Amino acid sequence: MTEAAAPHPRTRGRLLLALGLVMLAGMVLVTLFGPWIVPYGAATTSPDSLAGPSAAHWLGTDSIGRDVLSRLIIGGRTTLLITFVAVTIAVTAGLVLGLLSGYVGGLVDELIMRTLDIIFAFPVFLLAIAVVAALGPTVPNLILTIAIVYTPTLARVVRGPVLSVKRWDHVEAARSVGVGEFAIATRHVLPMVISPILVQTSLTLANTIFTVTALSFLGIGPPPPDPNWGGMLSEARQFMELAPLTVIGPAAAIVFATMTFIVLANGLREVLDVGSR
Amino acid sequence: MAQADALLQVRSLSARFTREGVASRVVKGISFDIAPGEAVGFVGESGCGKSVTARAILRLAPEGSSLQLDGTVHYRGQDLLQLPESQMRDIRGRRIAMVFQDPMTSLNPVLSVGAQIDDMLRRHTGASAQMARKRTIELLGLVGIRDAARRVDDYPHQFSGGMRQRVLIAMAVSCEPDLLIADEPTTALDVTVQAQILRLLMRLRAELGMALMLITHDFGVIAGMVERVYVMLDGEIVESGTVDALFAAPQHAYTRALLDAVPRLDSTTRLL
Amino acid sequence: MRAGTEPLLRVQDLSVVFPARRGKGSVQAVDKVSFEIQPGETLGLVGESGSGKTTTGRAILQLQPVSGGSVHLLGRELTALPRADVRAMRRHMQFVLQNPYSSLNPRMTVGATLTEPLRVHRSVPAAQMPQRVAELLGFVGLDPDVVRRYPHEFSGGQRQRIVIARALAVNPDFVVCDEPVSALDVRTQAQIVALLKSLQVRLGLSYLFIAHDLAMVRHVAHRVAVMFGGQIVEIGTAQQVFDRPGHPYTQALLEAVPVPDPAVQRERLAMAPPELDFLAHRGGIGPCRFGEDHGAIGTSHWHWLSPGHGVSCQFWPEAA
Repeated sequence: MTEAAAPHPRTRGRLLLALGLVMLAGMVLVTLFGPWIVPYGAATTSPDSLAGPSAAHWLGTDSIGRDVLSRLIIGGRTTLLITFVAVTIAVTAGLVLGLLSGYVGGLVDELIMRTLDIIFAFPVFLLAIAVVAALGPTVPNLILTIAIVYTPTLARVVRGPVLSVKRWDHVEAARSVGVGEFAIATRHVLPMVISPILVQTSLTLANTIFTVTALSFLGIGPPPPDPNWGGMLSEARQFMELAPLTVIGPAAAIVFATMTFIVLANGLREVLDVGSR
Repeated sequence: MAQADALLQVRSLSARFTREGVASRVVKGISFDIAPGEAVGFVGESGCGKSVTARAILRLAPEGSSLQLDGTVHYRGQDLLQLPESQMRDIRGRRIAMVFQDPMTSLNPVLSVGAQIDDMLRRHTGASAQMARKRTIELLGLVGIRDAARRVDDYPHQFSGGMRQRVLIAMAVSCEPDLLIADEPTTALDVTVQAQILRLLMRLRAELGMALMLITHDFGVIAGMVERVYVMLDGEIVESGTVDALFAAPQHAYTRALLDAVPRLDSTTRLL
Repeated sequence: MRAGTEPLLRVQDLSVVFPARRGKGSVQAVDKVSFEIQPGETLGLVGESGSGKTTTGRAILQLQPVSGGSVHLLGRELTALPRADVRAMRRHMQFVLQNPYSSLNPRMTVGATLTEPLRVHRSVPAAQMPQRVAELLGFVGLDPDVVRRYPHEFSGGQRQRIVIARALAVNPDFVVCDEPVSALDVRTQAQIVALLKSLQVRLGLSYLFIAHDLAMVRHVAHRVAVMFGGQIVEIGTAQQVFDRPGHPYTQALLEAVPVPDPAVQRERLAMAPPELDFLAHRGGIGPCRFGEDHGAIGTSHWHWLSPGHGVSCQFWPEAA
């Protein structure tokens, strides 16, 4: 009468988490030490254009002879930089606003949530195009735009649990001891909210990679000569048949990066027991 | 007692359940009998295995875990642990029914109480919709719900805790089972309501000739309701006896410790 | 218990109204509740669910906004104090909640939980805090080296001891215990209650002991107040209320409490159930059952049966 046990979620979660962390570590290390490990400069041209893979150029070269692999690695730096910085800003802003909104409630909650709703209603690309048209396609502008666009979701993910945790017994117990409201919010409520925020952060990172590369694909991203994946993809379209690696290279990089964060998100969700259960 | 006489005969029942990959042996080879129409009580502290024993009889594993059972549970001569699930479904509710502690979570919040009792009747007795509805209203009246004909279409949240428990009891006795298992049926209720529910259970037992297996941690509740008591500790039965003998002269140190710890309303002798 | 002195806590006509919410009207959860607690005394507050006893406890502690009435603690009117002063007063009044599984922050060690009140009220110099924490753990019978552990590593009874230790941290005068042992097994209940009693003697504490278990309250309380429908329907010494209950609701409660005596219990259950319809009878017009016309005279619906023992004249069966 024993029922077969399904592969245990916690173990599966741990595996996914480990995998995701390994992938992340790999990506970060490679791009971090990029300038020192790349075989060629990102802007170094050569007469050997649109070459296939060889010992000299593992992923071949692009239309003006630049090494694809080197450009991928260097381009990854910009992409990941924008992604991490933008998401860090968004998470911080989301935490602060979500905590404030959920804990204080009332008019403050209304004000913050309605403002965030307005931002939330804007499609990312429209906003990015508008900002770029107005202020120029610099990296800081891009970071700021993306941070603003993703803050509402993160704030909402924080606010939800805060609304329920603030009614929990240990919060009332702390209040009865005489702990001040700020200390209660940060020491007794916030730590309970970390789990859902971690998962949402990973998902946001995945989204942001996609957004950044898409924007640069459309030409709105970081300007040349800095290589970036989206830009590389865009340029390489015309040469897809002649030198497929110029397209496959950046595409694979984008997929890998996005998957890293998705795997992390799933792993975190299972290990932290967030969501349905 | 010869085997043929016992309604329920449990021998060397062991239960192990696995939750999130961790297995724990919660019932360790217990044996007991319940005669037709008899009331027995299972008492003990949390984690002693009394609830799992009840669920084991009906082979109901708690949420998100799997239950592994050994031993035999003979009901009218048939070993319930060997029955295929389809036959077990016929027994649950029809021949052996169970009432749980928390009425709110045992009732479906989106169906009216009448619908839920009708369902049971039609499933187990094949009654027509009309007959089932008539019987449902009768049952609600039987358990003391006033204005039953009107309240039959109300939803669980429209009833108070005590009323909901009455509805659950109505559901449980709807098919006139031989055995009613009640797991902490009054723990979540106020004391005045508790007394009413206990009286109701007694009355139903008398009227329907039902056997009762009452599981509780409360010695006061057990005292007036059952004929025999089993005291459980850590998955085992450490003492059993008639209720009068057990209360008057508990043999096992654990039973004595438990009885000593119960505060009494009529005296202020120090606890412990 | 030193009688005749200024009471530690005086509650007068305390009222709490829960505002109307979607679908439901406003609820008078606490309706002009008055009582006093002397230093070193325990007042038991009993009643069934919805009686308002928990809300009363929380309102006294200023954890629940008060709609009317006064709460005097150590001579200061709590309802009139600004928030910062109320927080400062909290070192005199502490709270032990019902659920030991949820009243401790699961992410804080025992040491951090016990140190927090000390820091908030600056009652002990930082260097001496570990000592004080060890002393508190000693009071509740726990090993000093549990400071590094987390709540989930302990049983319900041990957690409740930690909660009690936290309540004692700043040397309060008054502790509200709201069903402090209901979530525990019967033997653990007895241990925790014994602990609370010994701490009362040792530290001169006063308790407001809120519970639904009357037998438990009998063992713990010097005086008892019975609540129903947001009001106190009877108050007196434990002996007066339990041995000579004056109000029919108190009598109904006492009759319903299951007694661990098979013969007595069987007899009780065999008797016809008491009619509880009278609980719907609030005071009407004209003289009450004690002969006073409260509406006309303007007095409250209350009568003293003997010194210190009084009952409400509301919620009585109609005179035959």
